[in-house]
Amino acid sequence: MRQITLAKAVNEAIAEEMRRDPSVFVIGEDVAEAGTPFKVLSGLVEEFGTGRVVDTPISEPGFMGLAVGAAMTGTRPVVDLMFGDFLFLVMDQLCNQAAKAHYMSGGKISVPLVLRTNLGATRRSAAQHSQSLHALVAHVPGLKVALPSSAYEAKGLMKTAIRDDNPVVIFEDKLMYQDKAEVPEEEYLIPFGVANVLREGGDVTLIGTSSMVQVCLAAADLLAADGISAEVIDPRTLVPLDEATLIASARKTGRAIVVDEGHQSYGVTAELAARIAEKAFYHLDAPVLRMGAMDVPVPFSPALEDLTVPTPAAVAEAAARICRGELVHAA
Amino acid sequence: MADPTPTRNAEDYLRMYRQMVRIRAFEDQANQLYLSAKMPGLTHMYSGEEAVAVGICEALEVTDRITSTHRGHGHCVAKGAEFQAMFCELLGKQEGYCRGKGGSMHIADQSNGNLGANAIVGGSMGIATGAAFTARMLGRDDVAVCFFGDGATAQGLMYEVMNMAALWSLPVIYACENNGYSEYTRTEEIAAGQILDRARAFGIEAHRVDGQDVLAVNALAASLVQRARRGEGPFFIELMTYRYHGHHVGDINRDYYRARDEETLWKTERDPILLFRDWLTREGVATEDELEAVQDEVSRDAEAAVRYALEAAYPDPSEVDMHVYTDIPHALA
Repeated sequence: MRQITLAKAVNEAIAEEMRRDPSVFVIGEDVAEAGTPFKVLSGLVEEFGTGRVVDTPISEPGFMGLAVGAAMTGTRPVVDLMFGDFLFLVMDQLCNQAAKAHYMSGGKISVPLVLRTNLGATRRSAAQHSQSLHALVAHVPGLKVALPSSAYEAKGLMKTAIRDDNPVVIFEDKLMYQDKAEVPEEEYLIPFGVANVLREGGDVTLIGTSSMVQVCLAAADLLAADGISAEVIDPRTLVPLDEATLIASARKTGRAIVVDEGHQSYGVTAELAARIAEKAFYHLDAPVLRMGAMDVPVPFSPALEDLTVPTPAAVAEAAARICRGELVHAA
Repeated sequence: MADPTPTRNAEDYLRMYRQMVRIRAFEDQANQLYLSAKMPGLTHMYSGEEAVAVGICEALEVTDRITSTHRGHGHCVAKGAEFQAMFCELLGKQEGYCRGKGGSMHIADQSNGNLGANAIVGGSMGIATGAAFTARMLGRDDVAVCFFGDGATAQGLMYEVMNMAALWSLPVIYACENNGYSEYTRTEEIAAGQILDRARAFGIEAHRVDGQDVLAVNALAASLVQRARRGEGPFFIELMTYRYHGHHVGDINRDYYRARDEETLWKTERDPILLFRDWLTREGVATEDELEAVQDEVSRDAEAAVRYALEAAYPDPSEVDMHVYTDIPHALA
């Protein structure tokens, strides 16, 4: 099968949906001729024109709000937010307006928009261009949240997001744009709320999101060398969440570690760990561990930045210790 | 009163009059519901500003969109909403426009193009601009009107979306209801320079109009709506008006920021309904008796709607996790 990059997969997904549905359009900063700083959208403006690939001023709250109104009235905007860190700029329009309109109107208004943005540290971009803020939006009822972990996932989840009648926030890992994976030529969609079990195992469950799926798979390889069999699961979407698959795996293995690149405190790892602790408690042989990004602003210096995110070695070490029955406190 | 739009006839005038009277009657009933502790929460009265909502909405088609504010009952009525579903919404009843989930500050009536009141001051400016974007993108000639108060002109979002609306010639009309007060503060204390100049800085054609004169408002709105449909937008209107009540129904002891004499002066000399009533009788459009009959009929309608809403059912508890998502019947199931 052909292999394409994650950037190309996202580009294909959006282009296919724009061909299929004339109400889909892209809006954001430097999305047209520039094709975004990561060149994810290159070529779209040539095919669809500036009427549907809309360059905006540097006004994140403005174009976010405009997209909410456009979505309410019959179009399907794909909003391009250049860095996930800029979520803080659009919080009112995303969380007070888009997320609540359907509920507040008793189901009469819907907001079918996609906010595509990114996450991920270790790009030496410092604290305002490196955050992984998906927990923030997963906290707000009314938003769906998708975290693709490969080119294949990115294409299938993006197409589902564009067809969804709710506001969907989709986070791509900005370090994975050039990573290739097998992506079929023929059309496919990946449904929301269905976790992906990437590797089966019996000793410990490793739950990873986005780029942390690769970290968990690498950790599983390290563990296999030590004779420990790890199951690796990608939830794919935080909202809706396929809780059943996570719980079933934790019940089977009796041990679970949740790995995510958001800050560890009050984050995604805490939520998933709590659900497993509540619903698999009597099957557990060890506390469920959380491994998130260090609770510090992301530092610039490579010497410091690399310390802040979970690594395969750290995940494997924690997993090995709980499998040996050692008491482990998450950092 | 200004010269009317030439195409208007007696039927149009009487409909405008009735709509203004309906807003006043609605607000009088809502205020009583609050004072008698029958309404959950609180609400913000539109009384005194009727000529603004009616003058503008009478220039719109049902397919045109509006966005409204926390002081939004007037816009909702003027855009075509019915009393019964509105009072049900204010009382949190299932038959409300939003099934009781929005209440006064979020009342929306999609069927008449009202995209909703908004409890974030200035929060709907992007939404109205986006509605205009849809019209342009899909090749429709719909217009969007964004209602907001003088207080909202202090929000940054307004300048971001006016910039885009001007760059892209979007069919949106920004209607600033300047009632002289930004919550509990006089507007001159929060607004530097002239509000109109802010729109003009983006090259947007901006007008100031007497917001107590429904014919002046309507004539201006009709002309701008027509031009916006032809792609000449956006436009900005500052409507000079006055709110009779405090910031909200509970803001009763307000002498510290506003003189009672000032309120009395506006209510007696500048009331939009009395001014229009005088014009209608003077011009021979209707007699005092006929206008009185309209008032009585509207009052009876409002009373009946309140009685109905008070007796109406609350939403079933199973509704609490419905409508969180379009495709998940119960979000917590």
